[in-house]
Amino acid sequence: MTEIKVKDKDIVVPGEVLAVGMDNLPGQGTYREGDNIVAGRLGLVQLDGRAIKLIPMSGRYIPKKNDTIICKVTDVSMNGWRVDTNSPYSAMLPVREATSEFIARGADLTQYYSMGDYIVAKIYNVTSQKLVDISMKGPGLRKLRGGRMVEVASNKVPRIIGKQGSMVSMIKDMTGCNIIVGQNGIAWIQGDPEKEFLAIKTIRKIEQESHLSGLTERIKSFLEQNGCTQTQRVNNNEL
Amino acid sequence: MNSELRNHIIRLLESGTRLDGRKLTDYRQPIKIEYGVSNTAEGSAKVQIGDTEVIAGVKVEISTPFPDTPEEGGLMVNTELLPLSSPDFESGPPGIEAIELARVVDRAIRESKAVDFKGLCIEKGEKAWFIMIDVISLNSSGNLLDAASLAAIAAVKDMRFPALNDEGKIEYKEKTDKKLGMKAWPLSVTVSKIGSSFIVDPDLDEEKVIDARLTVGSLDDGTLCSMQKGGNSPLAEQDILQMIDIAVEKAKELRKML
Amino acid sequence: MSYKERKNKRGFDETRPMEAKVGVIKRADGSAYFKIGNTWAYAAVYGPRNLHPKFLQDPSTGILRCHYNMMPFSGSGERVRPGGSRRSKEISMVTEKALLPVLSLEEFPNTVVDVFIEFPQTEAGSRCAGITAAAMALADAGLAMKDMIAAVSVGRVDDKLVVDLDYSEEAYEGGPVADIPVAVMPSSGKITLLQMDGLVKKEMLKDLLAKAKAACAKIYEVQKRALKEKYTRVDEE
Repeated sequence: MTEIKVKDKDIVVPGEVLAVGMDNLPGQGTYREGDNIVAGRLGLVQLDGRAIKLIPMSGRYIPKKNDTIICKVTDVSMNGWRVDTNSPYSAMLPVREATSEFIARGADLTQYYSMGDYIVAKIYNVTSQKLVDISMKGPGLRKLRGGRMVEVASNKVPRIIGKQGSMVSMIKDMTGCNIIVGQNGIAWIQGDPEKEFLAIKTIRKIEQESHLSGLTERIKSFLEQNGCTQTQRVNNNEL
Repeated sequence: MNSELRNHIIRLLESGTRLDGRKLTDYRQPIKIEYGVSNTAEGSAKVQIGDTEVIAGVKVEISTPFPDTPEEGGLMVNTELLPLSSPDFESGPPGIEAIELARVVDRAIRESKAVDFKGLCIEKGEKAWFIMIDVISLNSSGNLLDAASLAAIAAVKDMRFPALNDEGKIEYKEKTDKKLGMKAWPLSVTVSKIGSSFIVDPDLDEEKVIDARLTVGSLDDGTLCSMQKGGNSPLAEQDILQMIDIAVEKAKELRKML
Repeated sequence: MSYKERKNKRGFDETRPMEAKVGVIKRADGSAYFKIGNTWAYAAVYGPRNLHPKFLQDPSTGILRCHYNMMPFSGSGERVRPGGSRRSKEISMVTEKALLPVLSLEEFPNTVVDVFIEFPQTEAGSRCAGITAAAMALADAGLAMKDMIAAVSVGRVDDKLVVDLDYSEEAYEGGPVADIPVAVMPSSGKITLLQMDGLVKKEMLKDLLAKAKAACAKIYEVQKRALKEKYTRVDEE
């Protein structure tokens, strides 16, 4: 008979015993030690059938294949661009992945992207040694102009985006800002100064309260309290 | 490298606001001074301005006066930009940023003549008190200059001399009531120029795009006691006068918090 | 002669008062402070991050680097001159060894996890306080950790076995003294730091290690509470 020592959505710390007995399965972030299932990191408990999983609450972004990220160009070379991915690993944008246009050999690559530019890109390959390649070929992938960047906790990105983009759509609708949230924890926001500022405050609130229930409702009323109503957006930059 | 950010900040400044919604000459909140945070120091204070946090501690020593000032004690400010406080700082000997910070804070205190150096002399040419102020960054989120200046002065205010034993050596564990007499409270305020706007208390993003800055040390009555221009762009005389006005005004506000 | 009473009527198995807080340094990936008596340790974790120069990189794993440092005004006597000493280098190294067994950095080849430990004030037990704070900062940084690490010094003062020696006990002159800093993985009871200065009998050591484990179990509770407190705290606007 297994005894589960924690509840769904409990926050647990490394070394905490989550369950005793062999009926449950150690899921992500946990491990088995004899009869016990033990927390292998700080995280939020998720009871998923027989499995006990831990959802990370913090941690740096690590590049994954197919992630859409916002990165900053840090170097331009013969073969392409080196970008900062807001992770321990930089990435390479090779010339052939930069644009659907034809780029002649020896062309000045800075006319496409130059140092300091921010781009929305997709990771198409990560090796075991974490060599990362990105591409600009795909819907929504582009250079960002204007607006501002904010850093967000990368593990909170799914909550900021919401189910099928519902959360970020609501913030966009209610503040009238254009918003793109990269999976690597960089968000781009463009709108009226006060609304940009409000959108950032909203994102900070989501980061802080992401583990509490009723998040969508709370965020909606927070925006309403700050004078926002559901309006039509001028632009739509769905990621 | 930061031209998009710079343009964005300038657009905001021209409409009278900043990235975080502040007015141009507003400090971030909260501004907090906590005294006596380190009981091993003879005086200490932790200062918070927004997310920026520094801690200053005073230690005293008895040493031989310098040959050219045999009747005076001494004072020294050192700063450490800890790698604990920012991903941008590295371990190792202090870089030029830390050295400038220390010297700017040091000069404001020294040149204010607020410290009675003669009063620190115990025995002419033989023994005098030396005051060492260490300012340490705990969280580096912009405007370390003003935070360091405020922390150094707060730590001096908190300082009490330790007792001396029969042999004239310091008994560090025994503090007396004796303070370091200060004739004034010199504080530095840094005014930064971005485009054609002047701001105080820049955050990290703003610091990346500053054209020029002027750190102005001033006394309670508005007398100036030190200045340091920084940044790569020149300043017109008119700019300087305007920046001084802002700095003196802001120093008065900060001084009320001591 | 015998050692009779501790300062503030503290029990021989009792630590000094403890206080911990997580998330105290905004720019760090993980951070915490830990106070025990008059010793106060801050720890900040940065990483995993890019490691320079390149020859230090290990393509099979991320590496851990610990940096123990006293603020210049944190000693009870004269100012501590900034810059590393032999003592701080050795403590940095043993801190690294104390923390490494619970980490698995293989997921992050070629990177470094930097742990910076700093003290605004100290009065005995600083390396243990630093390790205790660093373990919280590492958990806060979201790294995979199979256990926490809690650390305390135990020892003897004359005829008594004591937990968490203070300065007066380290400097006791009425009889033999031993100071034994110990770091423990609280769940498994395994030991990751063990040093000793002083004179003890082997039988005493056995008792002392049991006392260290019991004290570390209490320290673990303090760590746990501080970590959970950070993630359930919601700042009101």
